Amino acid sequence: MRPGGAGISPPPADAAAALCVTNLEVSYARPDGTVAAVRDVSLSVGPRECIGIVGESGSGKTQVFMAAMGLLAENARARGSVRFEGAEILGLAPHPLNRVRGSRLTMIFQDPMTSLTPHLKIGVQLAEVLVAHRGSSWREAKREALEALERVRVPEPQRRLRQYPHELSGGMRQRVMIAMSLLGRPSLLIADEPTSALDVTVQAQIIDLLRMLRVELGMAVALISHDLGVVAGLADRIVVMYAGRVVESARAGDLLRSARHPYSALLLQCVPNLRDARLERMPCLPGQPPDPAAPERGCAFAPRCPRASERCARERPALRDLDGAAQVACHHPLSP
Amino acid sequence: MSGALLEVRDLCVRFGAFAAVEDVSFDLAAGETVGLVGESGCGKSTLARAILRLIPASGGSVKWDGADLLELDAAALRRRRRHVQMVFQDPLASLDPRMTVGESLAEPLEIFEPALTKPERRSRTLHMLERVGLAAEMLHRYPHEFSGGQCQRIGIARAMMLRPKLLICDEPVSALDVSIQGQIVNLLRDLQGEFGTAMLFISHNLAVVRHLSHRVLVMYAGRLVEAAARDALFAAPVHPYTCALLAAVPDPARAPAGTAQDAFAESPPAGRVRSGCAYRGRCAYAAAACALEAPGLEQIGAQHAVACHRRRELVYS
Amino acid sequence: MNGGLWHGAWRRLRANPAAVAALCIIAALVAMAFVGPWFSPNEVEALDWSHVASDPGMVHAHWLGTDRLGRDLYVRTLAGARVSLAVGLVASAVSLSLGLCYGAVAGYVGGRTDHVMMRIIEILSGLPLIFFVIFLTVLFGRSESLLFVSIGAVGWLTMARIVRGQALSLRRKEFIEAAVASGASSARIIFKHVVPNVLGPVIVYATLSVPQIILFESFLSFLGLGIQEPHASLGTLIAEGAGEIEAAPWILLVPGVFLTMLLLCLNIFGDGLRDAFDARERR
Repeated sequence: MRPGGAGISPPPADAAAALCVTNLEVSYARPDGTVAAVRDVSLSVGPRECIGIVGESGSGKTQVFMAAMGLLAENARARGSVRFEGAEILGLAPHPLNRVRGSRLTMIFQDPMTSLTPHLKIGVQLAEVLVAHRGSSWREAKREALEALERVRVPEPQRRLRQYPHELSGGMRQRVMIAMSLLGRPSLLIADEPTSALDVTVQAQIIDLLRMLRVELGMAVALISHDLGVVAGLADRIVVMYAGRVVESARAGDLLRSARHPYSALLLQCVPNLRDARLERMPCLPGQPPDPAAPERGCAFAPRCPRASERCARERPALRDLDGAAQVACHHPLSP
Repeated sequence: MSGALLEVRDLCVRFGAFAAVEDVSFDLAAGETVGLVGESGCGKSTLARAILRLIPASGGSVKWDGADLLELDAAALRRRRRHVQMVFQDPLASLDPRMTVGESLAEPLEIFEPALTKPERRSRTLHMLERVGLAAEMLHRYPHEFSGGQCQRIGIARAMMLRPKLLICDEPVSALDVSIQGQIVNLLRDLQGEFGTAMLFISHNLAVVRHLSHRVLVMYAGRLVEAAARDALFAAPVHPYTCALLAAVPDPARAPAGTAQDAFAESPPAGRVRSGCAYRGRCAYAAAACALEAPGLEQIGAQHAVACHRRRELVYS
Repeated sequence: MNGGLWHGAWRRLRANPAAVAALCIIAALVAMAFVGPWFSPNEVEALDWSHVASDPGMVHAHWLGTDRLGRDLYVRTLAGARVSLAVGLVASAVSLSLGLCYGAVAGYVGGRTDHVMMRIIEILSGLPLIFFVIFLTVLFGRSESLLFVSIGAVGWLTMARIVRGQALSLRRKEFIEAAVASGASSARIIFKHVVPNVLGPVIVYATLSVPQIILFESFLSFLGLGIQEPHASLGTLIAEGAGEIEAAPWILLVPGVFLTMLLLCLNIFGDGLRDAFDARERR
């Protein structure tokens, strides 16, 4: 394990933290070279905390949690440490990992249609999880499945149990996925872009649902998204990632009010806003995120940054602690 | 309005008993951008495909340049296609994976301007590629090598190759990161300014529609429920569904509300209400008349039309 | 059409040792079939009465022995190999082109046209191949090129089904919709968009069907319906050898081993091709 490679001390391996990621690196072996998806990420999720991880496609935000869940592709190599409720789970063999994964630690994905079996009824799929993992009888399992659907506020749950996935709308399917992920009473739910495939109007409902469930079940949530607006409705803390590294981490309220990293500030401007007075140009980030296969030279964001200087192109900024439990990796952070 | 570029009248698309699009009528003038909003499943994509005759319509007419597109024979229809192009929702899927970017861009030229020589074609595709902000060396590469935003630019370049008079954009930014969506929207706006192309911009995202449109149409369960100039719609919506749509857009400046509005208790995609107003199941203002007859789109002001039996009361509320 | 996807497939193929070895062996066998005879002083049809049914050896010039008419087995086997390879190639090409066009049109056009076209295929599939070949042979006489064509004409049915299935699923893809919206005619779409995108499974199937075709020809020749004396194919040689199995087993073994190796390697290579095309490009 590389000691403090990011220039700060990693967060204490707190036994009470639901998830503690320390100096995680994930790289892929490709025929034309190694690609670094996650370069050096440390973060932690407290027991009942909700963190939002924000970044564009290719920032590595999903890979961090795929590594935690042991879902990385075959040609991936992960280094560092991922502790769940105190126990190291990175690199764990499938058998011991399955005791934790799917029950105490669950993950839902962007497209529920591919996670649900098309030819089985919803009720059967939900009950199957219980019968297989907890050895319940089918009767008990069906009853619990109904309760699970009620918990996620699916209207007419009895009827839904008898339906097939394609008969439900996108938002409804996502609720079913959430219900399925809650069956094992998780202490941490990882939601990877759960609303990106849904209408804007349904997004708010799913976020509200997650907020409610978090309180009711006392669980931690890690919400991953490319949209700061989605995360803003739920997160206590926000972590912003760019090109495989954390560039800012702060309390949600602080970051939304005054982001310190220029990237975070630009992302804030991109959140869809009906009250935006300037209509001539829709706010956006210029250019593209860097190619993960290309080697790092200086700050990865410099080519797109309005505040970049010559130093930024030369020297990569390290993640520094700021007051207020915030961290930022920038040579020219914005003032609060 | 006889000066309109596109006149859609009473367009219907039915799949068996299911009416995906019912009695939709609207006009589109040259150089104008009309935004079409609605939730998933409301029929907006089906409407776009029916206008282009990518799927068969069950009734109505689509007048373009003096002819009804739905009545034309295949050859005449193909000839007119150069003027009405489409940009698709999934940028990568809309490009042939076995063709290079250059070949995909050159295809419209090969179809409609076969007299062009190879160097002429190459120079036109190069010009358009650069116009949408991509590098020349991309001509020889394949779509899977590019990001979603870049693929969408390629799709737009392909659609604009023949300088169409109308561009139909079916959720062109929904599959992209929010940070990139603005790039594509701004590009479309620039191209419109340069070429005078009219646009039908379909989206479920009101904020995006607000940036581009001159007029906005709101669709619900296969029917148009409101049509207004952009500012009028966003400032003073009349139809209860439009109001609910606007209220449901999350606002980061607002503290998160309690539980989600019941106005969006989702109904399953299949099944349409057979009689009366399709929205009455969710509507706070539903009255007896709403169950009997589906309301038609009626003018309530200059450039503002609403399909609601109680529109007069709602305007004054 | 040499694209990023083909390069990816080629790279995966190169990384598969069994497939590469099989390809090398096939290449070696083919090379031998064409170049090999130059090394031997013997002619294909020359009868050497002084060495009838002799054992393989280096003493006389007949390295792999002779058959009961004194014909050198080495040269004859290679000649037979040339014929079998030609059959495999020509028949495969015929069935590939026929099947590809038919299937692509049926799958893309769909509707009643597809319905009718598929019923025709089903009727043809119901007919026993043998009778069809016999019928053609009776009708047109025993010509070798006709044999190739008739074998290919029978093999296109499955190819057409495979292509039609692929074309049906392609029809729904957005880039096909985009091509229609761009004003492309159906012919253009079928030949420029559908066909290139079904080529992957088609090539794999064509490669895997070559062994079947060669076997079928061998079978026909064995029955006396295919290649006739004095010409030879591996099948006819094996038929001859079967009669001499006790006295002079090498007459069977030499062509038999050649054919077996060829078929085995073709199958292994075909499997390797399928694996190479199957993998997804992105991670």
